[in-house]
Amino acid sequence: MNNVLQIDKLKVTFATDAGDMVAVNDVSLAVAAGEVVAIVGESGSGKTVTAKTILGLLPDTAVSRGAVLLGENNVIALSGARLRGIRGTDVAMVFQEPSTALNPVHTVGWQIAEGLRAHGKYSKKEARAKAIDILRKVGIPDPESRVDYYPHQFSGGQKQRVVIAMALVLEPGLIVADEPTTALDVTVQAEILDLLRRVRDEFGTAILLITHNMGVVADLADRVVVMYQGDVVEEATAIELFARPQDPYTQKLLASVPRLGTGSERAAERASARVGELAAPVVVAENLVIEYPGRLGRSGFRAVDGVSFTISPGEVLGLVGESGSGKTTIGRAIGGLTKITGGSLQVLGHEMLGIKERAFKPVRSDIGFVFQDPASSFNPLLTIAQAVAEPLIVHKRAKDAASARTRVDELLEAVQLPKAFGDRYPHELSGGQRQRASLARSLALEPSLLIADEPTSALDVSVQARVLELFAELQKEFGFAALFISHDLAVVDMLADRIAVLYHGELVEEGPGSQVLGAPQHPYTQRLLASLPVPDPIEQAERREALRVLKEAD
Amino acid sequence: MSLATPAKPAVWKRLPVVHQLRQSVGLQRGMLVAGLVITGIFIFVAIFAPLLAPYGYSTLRDEDGTFGAQQPPGGKHLLGTTVGGYDVLSRVLWGAQTALSVIVVAVLLSIFIGVLLGLISGYIGGWLDRVIIVIADAVYAFPTLLLAIVAAIAISGGQSSLWGGVFAAAVSITVVFIPQYLRVIRAETVRIKAEAYVESAKVIGSGTGRIMFRHVLRNATRTLPLIFTLNSSEAILTLAGLGFLGFGIEPTSAAEWGYDLNKSISDVTSGIWWTSVFPGLAIVLVVLGITLVGESLNDLADPRLRTKRRADGGPSTTAETTVVPGGSLDDVPSIEALEGRV
Repeated sequence: MNNVLQIDKLKVTFATDAGDMVAVNDVSLAVAAGEVVAIVGESGSGKTVTAKTILGLLPDTAVSRGAVLLGENNVIALSGARLRGIRGTDVAMVFQEPSTALNPVHTVGWQIAEGLRAHGKYSKKEARAKAIDILRKVGIPDPESRVDYYPHQFSGGQKQRVVIAMALVLEPGLIVADEPTTALDVTVQAEILDLLRRVRDEFGTAILLITHNMGVVADLADRVVVMYQGDVVEEATAIELFARPQDPYTQKLLASVPRLGTGSERAAERASARVGELAAPVVVAENLVIEYPGRLGRSGFRAVDGVSFTISPGEVLGLVGESGSGKTTIGRAIGGLTKITGGSLQVLGHEMLGIKERAFKPVRSDIGFVFQDPASSFNPLLTIAQAVAEPLIVHKRAKDAASARTRVDELLEAVQLPKAFGDRYPHELSGGQRQRASLARSLALEPSLLIADEPTSALDVSVQARVLELFAELQKEFGFAALFISHDLAVVDMLADRIAVLYHGELVEEGPGSQVLGAPQHPYTQRLLASLPVPDPIEQAERREALRVLKEAD
Repeated sequence: MSLATPAKPAVWKRLPVVHQLRQSVGLQRGMLVAGLVITGIFIFVAIFAPLLAPYGYSTLRDEDGTFGAQQPPGGKHLLGTTVGGYDVLSRVLWGAQTALSVIVVAVLLSIFIGVLLGLISGYIGGWLDRVIIVIADAVYAFPTLLLAIVAAIAISGGQSSLWGGVFAAAVSITVVFIPQYLRVIRAETVRIKAEAYVESAKVIGSGTGRIMFRHVLRNATRTLPLIFTLNSSEAILTLAGLGFLGFGIEPTSAAEWGYDLNKSISDVTSGIWWTSVFPGLAIVLVVLGITLVGESLNDLADPRLRTKRRADGGPSTTAETTVVPGGSLDDVPSIEALEGRV
């Protein structure tokens, strides 16, 4: 038997204020040498807890039962010193957020050597040579000088490479990668996935991949374990699972994953319905420039640089870009949260350059805003009904929350929440429900423009599908124009009439969805599209090849 | 986060201190209970001092004549008498009343000004914030006791009365406490200002005042009970310090532990222990009790510091109320109902 990891009937219980909570309930799985096994599941499914158990990283409040065999060692029964012995040599971990997994006050070379020093005697020179060697293997250019760099001198993707290098340096039999690409942009994600594949091929390391992204699973995994609420509901090879999911939950999960190319039909239909009416656009941006002021003596940071676009009444513009591309900044500028520094931005006929808050306030009743994080966009001390009534009270359409209740109930009904939810507090709602309530609040004044800033990126896929569907329905019913901001091309494709692609603060491509996604002109859009993993292992293998060709052509 | 909302506990169980008491376990609970018991006794004694004390705080004689100075404990005077001829037990019990009134006045005076300034300073920011913070820092850098002495002289004008003394101590404490409340509320306000719900209030067009009081203030006051308790113990120490230095309340106006300690200095060397030990013990116990409550509240407020009952790994009663949006596995076919689509 050459299983590097064998988990047998694992059960993990956490002590919480509300009593004991079972996070992992009877999980059994095995990882063979050189195999990539993915654990997929939505938040709360227990996948991360399972991963942490393998390294003995659970907090004191957790009690684990069962067996986690790493080679011959049962991790659960090991004491501190023995546990330290196997960490790094037998099993290593790659964390989700590379910027917090590295210590900012030490050079990366020192941090790689730290792992070596913990498990044997290395002279400074040997450790350094080894660190350089491993950095080269994970694809850091010019490792001889980069070994002395500090983490902040690397980009996010490179940082993740360094974290992988740290995990690899002792050549462990198993790497546990907990959402290794979630914090990264799609183009960088594709590179890191490539690296992980190479790690498996060249080092023969088995990888236990924890993720919620079905595209990543399709790209990398040999075998897939689907977890739901602490239980394994299905286990199959990747090809088998994506082709013929057995469990109803897996089927539902796969059906919820947004896919590219589903939206162009709908967009065309909507465009034909709208033909002929050429009302004045609600938003006109011309050479829009937004700069964040720099520190004394330094020039500011130009987040948005000469962007021009328009949004017509009733139209949904999808704004796509990676982190730092300025997409959120544009959304905030339209909502009057960020001042613009140059060019021109007209929102509902008001020029935003140098506008005073007092002059803009009446316009706000015509603009709705949906925020990214449903957890923090509600005042925790107000009930949902009170929160939804706020815009009505502020704009004097209602005297207080009680007199606005009829309207609030209508709104809740419009977003398909039961009326009774109005009396609940935000923390008593799930993420998807909260995001619906957020939609209800933004629609309370029947705005003609809605800005949605990554409204679904904090949600699980199955919930995301619901919220997107609802958004489309509401848009059809209320007929508002919308700016839909997202980093996910597939999500934007589902909703948007036109898509604008941002790259480093500049608009590189804009046009109808079918054109931008079907026949992208700009090389960045092409790369972005090719990097997006699709939830189908066979198709993804082809796309990977296409991306490689595209990269070589660069 | 859980979908199945647990039934709300009764109102009294959600009251600030009661809630924490129910939440605590082990050593933390022990600390909190000890603190609460000591503080409870202190407040009880302060309120019922006129009934509990055998004599008045300034009583020097009864029908049998004067008490006599420095009488050892026993007989008519359970804890003996002081060098001035007062009954020690009565002085200690009455002293609780003075201490409590100083706490109440000091905290009431400082909390409103401090919170309001902190809110304005944190939310509006800019030059106003900088000016307020500079002043607060300057006050903070000033020695508390020195400030208290100046305030004591200015307020009492050399006259000693109960409320003159109480207000002298309270005002001087207030001046020092305002920066503390200001700092804490300001930090919270700055944090909350960046929360999405404040921004969402802004985008719907709420005015500054409405945002400050409806959305920021109520969320910023969570740490107040904590500073409140810690400041209370500091207030007692300042009052005692003032009395010890001779700027406190004369024995004819009120009983004051610091004053009694001051007068007992010379007794210590001549083997008369009861005049200093009991007032000293009273100060230590009350400060300890209030600090225990404060520190426990602090630890319990932070989930990382809060100890929890250890999970027994056995069958759980809350297994079905998980954090998963969508409900338990059995509910998959009816996920619509859980997402509220019915």
